[in-house]
Amino acid sequence: MATYLEFIQQNEERDGVRFSWNVWPCSRLEAARMVVPLGCLLTPLRERPDLPPAHQVDYRAKLWACNFCFQRNQFPPAYAGISEVNQPAELMPQFSTIEYIVQRGPQTPLIFLYVVDTCLDEEDLQALKESLQMSLSLLPVDALVGLITFGRMVQVHELSCEGISKSYVFRGTKDLTAKQIQDMLGLSRPAVPIQQGRPLQAPEQPVISSRFLQPVHKIDMNLTDLLGELQRDPWPVTQGKRPLRSTGVALSIAVGLLEGTFPNTGARIMLFTGGPPTQGPGMVVGDELKTPIRSWHDIEKDNARFMKKATKHYETLANRTAANGHCIDIYACALDQTGLLEMKCCANLTGGQMVMGDSFNTSLFKQTFQRVFNKGLSGEFRMAFGANLEVKTSRELKIAGAIGPCVSLNVKGPCVSENELGIGGTSQWKICGLDPSTTLAIYFEVVNQHNAPIPQGGRGAAQFVTQYQHSSTQKRIRVTTIARNWADAQSQLQHIEAAFDQEAAAVLMARLGVFRAESEEGPDVLRWLDRQLIRLCQKFGQYNKDDPNSFRLSESFSLYPQFMFHLRRSPFLQVFNNSPDESSYYRHHFVRQDLTQSLIMIQPILYAYSFHGPPEPVLLDSSSILPDRILLMDTFFQIVIYLGETIAQWQKAGYQDMPEYENFKHLLQAPLDDAQEILQTRFPMPRYVHTEHGGSQARFLLSKVNPSQTHNNLYAWGQESGAPILTDDVSLQVFMDHLKKLAVSSAA
Amino acid sequence: MQMEGTLWPPKKRHPEPSQNRGRTGIAFPCYLLLIYSFNFTRADFTEEKSDSPGAVQSSHMSSGHPASFQGPQPLPLTQHQMALPPGPQIPPPPSNFSGLCAQSSLPSMARQDGIPGSGLPNPNLQQLPGQTTGPGCHPQQVNYGPQMAGSQLSYPGAFPGGPAQLSGPPQKKLDPDSIPSPIQVIENDKASRGGQIYATNTRGQVPPLVTTDCLIQDQGHASPRYIRCTTYCFPSSSDMAKQARIPLAAVIQPFAIVPQNECGIIFRVDPYETPLYVVNHGETGPIRCNRCKAYMCPFMQFIEGGRRYQCGFCNCINEVPPFFFQHLDHIGRRVDHYERPELSLGSYEYVATLDYCRDNKPPNPPAYIFMIDVSYRNIHSGLVKLICNELKTLLDKLPREEQEESSAVRVGFVTYNKVLHFFNVKSNLAQPQMMVVSDVGEVFVPLLDGFLVNFQESRSVVNNLLDQIPEMFADTNESETIFAPVIQAGMEALKAAECAGKLFIFHSSLPTAEAPGKLRNRDDKKLLNTDKEKTLFQPQVNTYESLARDCVANACCVNLFLFPNQYVDVASVGLVTMYTGGTLYKYNNFQPSSDSPQFLTDLRRDIEKKTGFDAIMRVRTSTGFRATDFFGAIYMNNTTDVEMAAVDCDKAVTVEFKHDDKLNEDSGALIQCAVLYTSVSGQRRLRIHNIGLNCSTQLADVYKTCETDALINFFAKSAFKAILSQPLKAVREILVSQTAHMLACYRKNCASPSAVSQLILPDAMKVLPVYMNCLLKSCVLTGRPEIPTDERAYHRQLVMSMGVADTQLFFYPQLLPIHNLDLKSDAVPAAVRCSEERLSEGGAFILANGLSMFLWLGVSTPPELIQGLFNVPSFAHISTEATLLPDLTNPYSKKIKSIMEHIQNQKPYTMKLMIVKQREQPEMLFRQFLVEDKSIHGGASYVDFLCCVHREICQLLN
Repeated sequence: MATYLEFIQQNEERDGVRFSWNVWPCSRLEAARMVVPLGCLLTPLRERPDLPPAHQVDYRAKLWACNFCFQRNQFPPAYAGISEVNQPAELMPQFSTIEYIVQRGPQTPLIFLYVVDTCLDEEDLQALKESLQMSLSLLPVDALVGLITFGRMVQVHELSCEGISKSYVFRGTKDLTAKQIQDMLGLSRPAVPIQQGRPLQAPEQPVISSRFLQPVHKIDMNLTDLLGELQRDPWPVTQGKRPLRSTGVALSIAVGLLEGTFPNTGARIMLFTGGPPTQGPGMVVGDELKTPIRSWHDIEKDNARFMKKATKHYETLANRTAANGHCIDIYACALDQTGLLEMKCCANLTGGQMVMGDSFNTSLFKQTFQRVFNKGLSGEFRMAFGANLEVKTSRELKIAGAIGPCVSLNVKGPCVSENELGIGGTSQWKICGLDPSTTLAIYFEVVNQHNAPIPQGGRGAAQFVTQYQHSSTQKRIRVTTIARNWADAQSQLQHIEAAFDQEAAAVLMARLGVFRAESEEGPDVLRWLDRQLIRLCQKFGQYNKDDPNSFRLSESFSLYPQFMFHLRRSPFLQVFNNSPDESSYYRHHFVRQDLTQSLIMIQPILYAYSFHGPPEPVLLDSSSILPDRILLMDTFFQIVIYLGETIAQWQKAGYQDMPEYENFKHLLQAPLDDAQEILQTRFPMPRYVHTEHGGSQARFLLSKVNPSQTHNNLYAWGQESGAPILTDDVSLQVFMDHLKKLAVSSAA
Repeated sequence: MQMEGTLWPPKKRHPEPSQNRGRTGIAFPCYLLLIYSFNFTRADFTEEKSDSPGAVQSSHMSSGHPASFQGPQPLPLTQHQMALPPGPQIPPPPSNFSGLCAQSSLPSMARQDGIPGSGLPNPNLQQLPGQTTGPGCHPQQVNYGPQMAGSQLSYPGAFPGGPAQLSGPPQKKLDPDSIPSPIQVIENDKASRGGQIYATNTRGQVPPLVTTDCLIQDQGHASPRYIRCTTYCFPSSSDMAKQARIPLAAVIQPFAIVPQNECGIIFRVDPYETPLYVVNHGETGPIRCNRCKAYMCPFMQFIEGGRRYQCGFCNCINEVPPFFFQHLDHIGRRVDHYERPELSLGSYEYVATLDYCRDNKPPNPPAYIFMIDVSYRNIHSGLVKLICNELKTLLDKLPREEQEESSAVRVGFVTYNKVLHFFNVKSNLAQPQMMVVSDVGEVFVPLLDGFLVNFQESRSVVNNLLDQIPEMFADTNESETIFAPVIQAGMEALKAAECAGKLFIFHSSLPTAEAPGKLRNRDDKKLLNTDKEKTLFQPQVNTYESLARDCVANACCVNLFLFPNQYVDVASVGLVTMYTGGTLYKYNNFQPSSDSPQFLTDLRRDIEKKTGFDAIMRVRTSTGFRATDFFGAIYMNNTTDVEMAAVDCDKAVTVEFKHDDKLNEDSGALIQCAVLYTSVSGQRRLRIHNIGLNCSTQLADVYKTCETDALINFFAKSAFKAILSQPLKAVREILVSQTAHMLACYRKNCASPSAVSQLILPDAMKVLPVYMNCLLKSCVLTGRPEIPTDERAYHRQLVMSMGVADTQLFFYPQLLPIHNLDLKSDAVPAAVRCSEERLSEGGAFILANGLSMFLWLGVSTPPELIQGLFNVPSFAHISTEATLLPDLTNPYSKKIKSIMEHIQNQKPYTMKLMIVKQREQPEMLFRQFLVEDKSIHGGASYVDFLCCVHREICQLLN
């Protein structure tokens, strides 16, 4: 084995797991002193057919002992022929992750229920209609598709009828129970008296529901026409009013419809909305344009009239949806806010997507939406449904909680910790919608007592069992088992230190921070993060007391403070300059993306292109902004190409069009190509910003870089390089100085 | 509440008669002499009474002036008198019978043919001895001659033998020819005034009867087609009014159809129906009295050289607006008198200004929404298909303003069973779109744009829809329906579209689905003749009343077409129709094959009907009296404003007046009825009808100018309203007692002294008893288990909005002999009295009451008539299944069809033809309409009732 870095990488590739600590402190007390909790980022659906190596097998007895409970188990009959030389895949050490395909239960096709806002302007609606029509060709052929449109009223379109198009209409102001919705849609069958000795059958269920949910291949023509004829909400909107938009009821009906017809099957409710809900349950803002939609300021002042009620409405819906194993995607495209703050739980709790754009008539939306239906390498849709993630631990470990697009299943057990981190109190979570990049943070607690240390060389183990519905509608179970060495923190601190995964740790801490930020005041969260950072530095830094200059961190911790610095400035924790909707949107993606993406979000990547050499990553620092450079910044949400002052002048002068300056043309083109590559693969598609020195959009770059040069210290740093940032924010340097000071302080 | 009317204060009931009648069992020891028809008056009276059809005189019309009163005169020869002979009594009526005065011990009177008065020396004083015997005997013997014993009266119709008796040999009775004949009265009036011009230039003049065709010329008072009064001369004081107990009422039919060429004295002759003149004062709007807000009308008196005018209603002096100023001529009349409808006509219209519109916005044109019950039965019976097919052609005939080319009325479509289906039929759609609203608990309109459309523009989409509706639901098995949410939906649609309109609801069953307004079958025969019977006429749940209120507030008129196979609770489902000025149509056991012509004609007529929408009517009166009670298909939020979501040409509002003070004989009693409404093109207008009545301190003047047809209209409506709150029995008693009171008062105060036993009827009220008897016999006022409750509620509702002509025909059907027609003449044969006696085995008769039409064929109907009508050789071959006569070209067929057409003409409801053969079972139904006879449901015969009334009068006089 080479370095820990390689080990970590290998583990990630194989199992989709990254632990904050790869050698575990062997007692509860020691673990607590490590500051960063023992936890991992788990990406359950990484595509690799491997199997767990952690079972001890008694080949002669054809028995195997479980590492988690020490129960001895019989092999199933299919494994009768195993021996030391003929091991099933499960038993080979390199297969720590394995996927089982379960051939049981009826296979229900995937369901896509479009919930479409019609209070859009003509152009937007047209674009949305086209996208939806296009999507029909991308859906699995046997998928069931349904359509609900809403504006002032909510219309559930019946797709089976020939001739006249038929829809069921609901008032947008009245909340209905699932039962009422099903009654009104004619979905509830009269109660059949239970006959003794005959199993209850529900053969006609698909027939009934098929009025609203039809296989794509059957009705794509019909539905294409229907979408084509879709009109803007016909109710007049008077001057000074917002259109009446019944998003709350529409979602409620969508949830109720699926709940009644296809519980516990893979289904996506895809909400396309072009503005805030303005009436009925879940309304976010009134229809008077003169009252603006709530801002962070209003929320802090407790001035957001509808927020609590609306949030509650959507939370109830989200929980119901999650209970049914369905997920809700939100595609919100509007220049103003659309109520994502209130609706976020719909996507967050169900594992749905959340996409925010300015208009449906943008490539951002169009391509993002198209990418939902992208197929993976194996030709299958990159989506899975109704996952049930179970975590099992060996005895020394307990489960503290998880943070990610999931809900608790409230399965208590001996391996569940009392102390909650994230969504805790359970060993199982439901992730209704997930894709290969969906990543959960899972936190553990070491329960071993200080005086009962683990024998040397012992290993702790955790197993992640993810049962899910594959996009091919198969039921699958993926089992990932990992084991790590225990180490005594007192004698072997350097092992533990060396096995610290600072990237994973940063993301795990960041998720905890974001999780806290949902319920706590922003400054409190920042203070908590700072304290943790200081404690970590105190623990692992090498320094002389009260001598900041002596402070050193080992290599495996060196980047961590910088991550924290950027995290503090990130939109996940800072709401300044962001609307509540934007904050919700950013946080949504932060808690579900994998480690790499998460790190990009925390600390955007900056590449520099110049004549001085090949493209290179440069510091995310104002000093990197030089006149003769082109910068490419990837913040996950935005791709910014920034032409330095000189480059911009050259471009204006048109050098790139002159044959003798072809190299300049290539230089201009290089970041574009790279950006394109990112744009092609990223989901959701980032906002693409092409700007230059002095351009108004340059703010995207300037707000991210470390303000090492500001209007305050400009002259102290000399003139020759970099671009000053007009901010009072502290720079990384100042931050580090403070950190050192506090870390070495004997007072702390 | 409604008990406050003249008719109903229970304290006015006379307790004695029933006591006397009841227990004593003693016959009246007096001779009864019935004398009717007296007259006051003038020399010409004799001529009028000479009974010669040729003697056409209308002079008695002018007798309304108090001065001309000369007191009763000896009757001329033609006056009829009757002696009620003594006779054995019929057995006591069945004990379960609880008619008005049908105590079981009541002795009955033998009937006997009366004696024509012609032979008697002093006809109006002729007395005939009457005598009674003990109960239990049938009349067996008929004595002719002046000395006859009259048996005691049994009212009503306590006949012992049941239906069989009717087909048996006719009983001996008073000669029907000797008692006042409605036919005679009608024919006399026709003879004297038919075909002439009746100019409304005189205050208080009595118009021709409703049955008389004449040309009416508006010369300052509203045509009797618009307003008819119970009396054209009001008693000057309330004491007098109380004494006479003649209801003071006007029956106002503000949108009555005025036939062509009947217009005011000025200017214009329109080829077809005559529209009223429209006055447009531009932005100033109508000129109104500052104090009482009466509109400018011929009753305003211009003074001070035309600079001011005095209001005829409140006497306030108003300035004449400058633009309206005009000089006066030598008789103080404005020079432009004849150029301005509002100065010279009784009826005219004003263009209303924005002040008269909802929210001060000009109204939108109205909309018609068709709402079809597509539950299993209607689909299965083919009704839905029938309606849809018909609508395709009908929608081209939506009403429009005369001068406009196409109708401004928009149309919308809804189908429903347990849920509602709205249809988007916007013209740019390739296919209609259906929108299902299943939230029937709280109905709403799912779409705005595309629901109400102009038929011309959306023709192809609408036709496409109408083609598809029957197919769409072809395999439905939904049998439950909703009802209140349907109305609600229509109303909400109109509200959302900000327009007035009509709903056309085609419904067939009791709405039992879980929704507001859900009904259960509560038809309970046990309630009949109990204090709870009234509940059967009240709505079952409150939903309908509040719904009606909302509908009126949103100008939504509900027309209901019912196709019931069983009880549908008309009292509940019809309530909204009733309050919103809608029309209720009911087709029992509808069979498309036989009943569609009737239904389709009704539908066609209703759609084309002249209608005013979103109407508010206000009746103003001159000082001294005021309108106190209103009856009709109306809704009232306060005591003065009569609200009607829509008012069509057939709807009449009966208004009762009461004295506030003494009335001045010189200024008379003036009435102005103003109806603010939205026309079919969406124009806001005011329709003004003015009428002036006389006042007198002489009761005789009042009696002289009474109009029985209007009286019956009033009595019917007030009684039908009263049954909602009072037991049937009480209502009936009040009717009888008031009849007796009116007549007794006349007898006491106006008639010359005569023996108590004489029955003396004022000339204008000659036929009041027979009509009153018909009213009492109507199924509404007869609680018999064999009469379906729905039928009673239905009739009740229809009558509440009927005009005078309709009630006249409804209560006293027209019976026309058609076996001895003059095939060459165009005339309709003279009617005969509605009595079995007038039928003959060799005859054929048409009977019509405005709802049903019968063709009765005697067993020996001439074969050529049968051949001519039915194209079959003999009586036995006639099929009674048909509801139409075959189209044949022979003169019989043509003539009779033209007679039927004439009867049907202008009637609000299409009469379904039933062919009845003598002595076959369906004859029973037919016989119910022979209203002068005893009815199988226990109604008294005319003669019996007359005797009953007479006895009451006698008691009052004593």
